[in-house]
Amino acid sequence: MSTSATPQKLASVTPVRSGAFGLRHYLICLKGVVLRECLRFLHQRERFISSLVRPLVWLFIFAAGFRQVLGVSIIPPYKTYVLYEVYITPGLCGMILLFSGMQSSLSMVYDREMGNMRTLLVSPFPRWFLLVSKMLAGVAVSIAQVYAFLIVAWFWGVKAPPLGYLFVLPALFLSGMMLCALGMLLSSMIKQLENFAGIMNFVIFPGYFASPALYPLWRIQEASPLLYKICLVNPFTYAVELIRFAFYGQVDWVSLGVVAGCTLLFLAAAIIAYDPSRGLMTRKQDTGGNA
Amino acid sequence: MIGVQHVRTGGPGNEVAALDVAGVSHSYGSKRALNNVSFSIAPATFTVLLGLNGAGKTTLFSLISHLYDTRHGSIRIFGHDIRRASGEALRCVGIVFQARTLDLDLSVYQNLSYHASLHGIGGREARQRIATLLETVDMQGREHDKARSLSGGQMRRIEIARALLHRPSLLLLDEATVGLDIQSRAGILATIRRLVHTEGIGVLWATHLIDEVEDGDHAVVLRQGNLVASGTVSDLIQASGTGSIRDAFSKLNRSGTAGIAEISP
Repeated sequence: MSTSATPQKLASVTPVRSGAFGLRHYLICLKGVVLRECLRFLHQRERFISSLVRPLVWLFIFAAGFRQVLGVSIIPPYKTYVLYEVYITPGLCGMILLFSGMQSSLSMVYDREMGNMRTLLVSPFPRWFLLVSKMLAGVAVSIAQVYAFLIVAWFWGVKAPPLGYLFVLPALFLSGMMLCALGMLLSSMIKQLENFAGIMNFVIFPGYFASPALYPLWRIQEASPLLYKICLVNPFTYAVELIRFAFYGQVDWVSLGVVAGCTLLFLAAAIIAYDPSRGLMTRKQDTGGNA
Repeated sequence: MIGVQHVRTGGPGNEVAALDVAGVSHSYGSKRALNNVSFSIAPATFTVLLGLNGAGKTTLFSLISHLYDTRHGSIRIFGHDIRRASGEALRCVGIVFQARTLDLDLSVYQNLSYHASLHGIGGREARQRIATLLETVDMQGREHDKARSLSGGQMRRIEIARALLHRPSLLLLDEATVGLDIQSRAGILATIRRLVHTEGIGVLWATHLIDEVEDGDHAVVLRQGNLVASGTVSDLIQASGTGSIRDAFSKLNRSGTAGIAEISP
């Protein structure tokens, strides 16, 4: 440690106070949070590979096996019979977003346990902005994973209309926001990293299987009316349908409304949960939990 | 309680306190962690927050940094209430937490750059500040090292540089030298003390290591969540009737006997 630094060298740490943050400062903060998330993702190659391998296994193995078993009739947005691989691709995109959203939840719990979360929460920017930035960062990483998957799927012969790859972007963004907001809300409820397995059992698997990701809703209705009703109250159902229609340049308005509404709801709940004067973090204080 | 008051808001010369803690209490469920704690520290002073493990130092830090909500009492940083104007208050504060908070997967530069962005500092300005501060903490040339590859002392230096990046007027350090060797401890302490004198930064240095305290320091002593003394170290020694801060601190922490808590000013 230097003990002989000159005053000139230390002049940069002269206390300076200035006015409120402007738009430029907010953008710098947002960029910093997004960049950090991207760098973390790039440094964790295993995370990238597993996020890519998971849907590819479903596409290459599961879909190939089930294409003969499960017939998909002509249902909107499809105008012809489609291969089962084509049918489940939007669901697999949703799966990537779902896992990624929950991964961001895991990352927040980890950050909280390791103390990294504190550096974010003691930033002078409003906490809602910090959480939204964190969510946007998570969504940016998720969307990159989805496009990596779509490229591999394209080479496998599973192709959407060319413009569909562009049209699907807003749907991926909104669905990603909803799932990241849900992940953030869940992270505020989890006290320890070990409890994350519960997320797998109670959120990811039921959310994924009780949705039209793998089979159309009409087939589910035929098989089990109860499961059909569960699918209808599952927000992930609407995320998958929003993505599916977007691939064909169409908007499923019900799905759009549900996904947008759930995004706002989950986000508001997460912001309240991370507010130290309200919400679940306050309860953590009461039990001596880490911030 | 021995009460050698530091600068209060609106005190002589209308000087605003760097930190004003007034009647703060905090509980974890039914367990009281802080009980009606009040003290204030002046700008450009080195104040030691002394207390044994479990005295409430980290809880107090969590309240000052707004990680916890101050539900009883008030905390003001340069006049900004931490509840009502948390943004303004946090802009004045640099914090070094007790636990390591560097992102181990990122490089030194990436860690510092991330912190700069969290304070709205970007681009060339951030690069310049990082370069200067790395020199200040004697870590120049280590920008591209992974945080994971640094020793405990080096990580602490980076955390101090990070806490100074946004040019705070008040620096909070929670047990910043715990787990470090003697040389690293001395180096970090010397750097922080120098900042007080050359840059006019107020410092609240939480520790349970009595050898980090000097006679000219101000001290705030916590015991089991209660403030038992505050004032200059020499005044505390005198008031306790002991010959050293070590003995004064021991006396303060002796429960059930005539500690300083019972010695009125």
